[in-house]
Amino acid sequence: MDLINLFVKSIFIENMVFAYFLGMCSYLAVSKTVKTAVGLGAAVIFVLLITVPVNYLIDNYLLQAGALTWLGPEFADVDLSFLSYIMFIAVIASMVQLVEMIVEKFAPALYGSLGIFLPLIAVNCAILGGSLFMQQKAFNGISEAVTYGAGSGIGWFLAILAIAAIREKIAYSNVPAPLKGLGITFIITGLMAIGFMSFMGIKLEGAKQESNQVSESSVDKPSTPDKSTASINTNIENK
Amino acid sequence: MEGKEPKEISKTDKKKEMIMFLSSSEEKEHFLSKANRKILSDPLNDNNPITVQVLGICSALAITVQLKPAIVMSLAVVFVMAFSNVIISILRNSIPSRIRIIVQLVVVATMVILVDQILKAFAYDVSKQLSIFIGLIITNCIIMGRLEAFALGNGVYKSFLDGIGNAAGYGLILIVVAFFRELFGSGKLLGYEVLGHKGLTMADSTGLYALGYENNGFFLLSPMALIVVGIVIWVQRSRNRKLIEEN
Repeated sequence: MDLINLFVKSIFIENMVFAYFLGMCSYLAVSKTVKTAVGLGAAVIFVLLITVPVNYLIDNYLLQAGALTWLGPEFADVDLSFLSYIMFIAVIASMVQLVEMIVEKFAPALYGSLGIFLPLIAVNCAILGGSLFMQQKAFNGISEAVTYGAGSGIGWFLAILAIAAIREKIAYSNVPAPLKGLGITFIITGLMAIGFMSFMGIKLEGAKQESNQVSESSVDKPSTPDKSTASINTNIENK
Repeated sequence: MEGKEPKEISKTDKKKEMIMFLSSSEEKEHFLSKANRKILSDPLNDNNPITVQVLGICSALAITVQLKPAIVMSLAVVFVMAFSNVIISILRNSIPSRIRIIVQLVVVATMVILVDQILKAFAYDVSKQLSIFIGLIITNCIIMGRLEAFALGNGVYKSFLDGIGNAAGYGLILIVVAFFRELFGSGKLLGYEVLGHKGLTMADSTGLYALGYENNGFFLLSPMALIVVGIVIWVQRSRNRKLIEEN
């Protein structure tokens, strides 16, 4: 159940694009048509699904304070966590390269559709962001890391799919000239992010005791609107 | 850097810049000659990284709730960008083009680790506030974009200026957005209550709050950052009409 909670939370409540603005550059640059958006989105899911667990293992067995104890007791107080940025980005860059090669060898059709997007992903902030959030959240167990990677990838995919569909339609509408292109895309994304804020009302932490019933009802969208606005209000006050 | 279009734009930019540099004699050039001043000032308006080149938006939006982290972030980006531009420019003739992205990432990551450690040592509160966004400077598309488009093809001093200029253009937008969000969202600037103190009742309050003014909590929420940037783009493009997009 915890895994389902984490999955739903990472797709909707902590959406990479709308809650943290990660991967915005490619989100804006590659969202002109739905077809390319789907390609990039699929590639992001794929790479996040691989890099988050790999970085989880590296973080837990190499970098964290005391992570090297499996080598021997004298390594117990070695703390390499300052190296995490460089390790994570190296893993991501080489994983992207590796994934590209594997896909090219075993699934040429998939490579044809994903091909040009894979190299771009190495510098997509959503990928590094996924690994850094994974480190910050201190998951216990690799299954949580896998779930988080998949969930945040799917969230990013949904976001870019939605904006691409809107941008295809907005080409036909009469937008003020200085706002055309980039400006209107920003404002639409802002409005979509306001929409996504309604998911903040879903309480998933409390769902552990109330077991499956709650997490099932929370999957089908905002359970009670007044609850969600209330929690947004408290959020404003907290900030 | 990401996406097809920006790459093409940067390529034509590069060509233009190359022509510009070839026509001006390199050796006699003054340190702040016209061409060099242009490298420095162009990114502030006509070629702003955020509003025109669409680079580096990821981090720009998340940390603009208050002015202070925005300023610290801008300084961090100025530092990382100027020095990674210089390093890549020094190495530009010896980097094999196939692995250049990994080389660039490693150089940038090293600079970011330096900044991160310095912030942790001397400004711990701000470093907590910026959390993962310092780390995300590594994948900030401005840095990669300028390394690809400029530092790989230009001399050390010009790359340095280009780094400073682009990071300043980035910082400018960051600071403008953070200014409005902090002013309207919490009535403060850099933590000082510029609009007067808000007490529990109207009688306790001073300044504008005594007249019944209320903070707009909406400005503190993340979607407002996008909308403020959208408005900044609108204002900039209606003043500078050659930036308007075709479709």
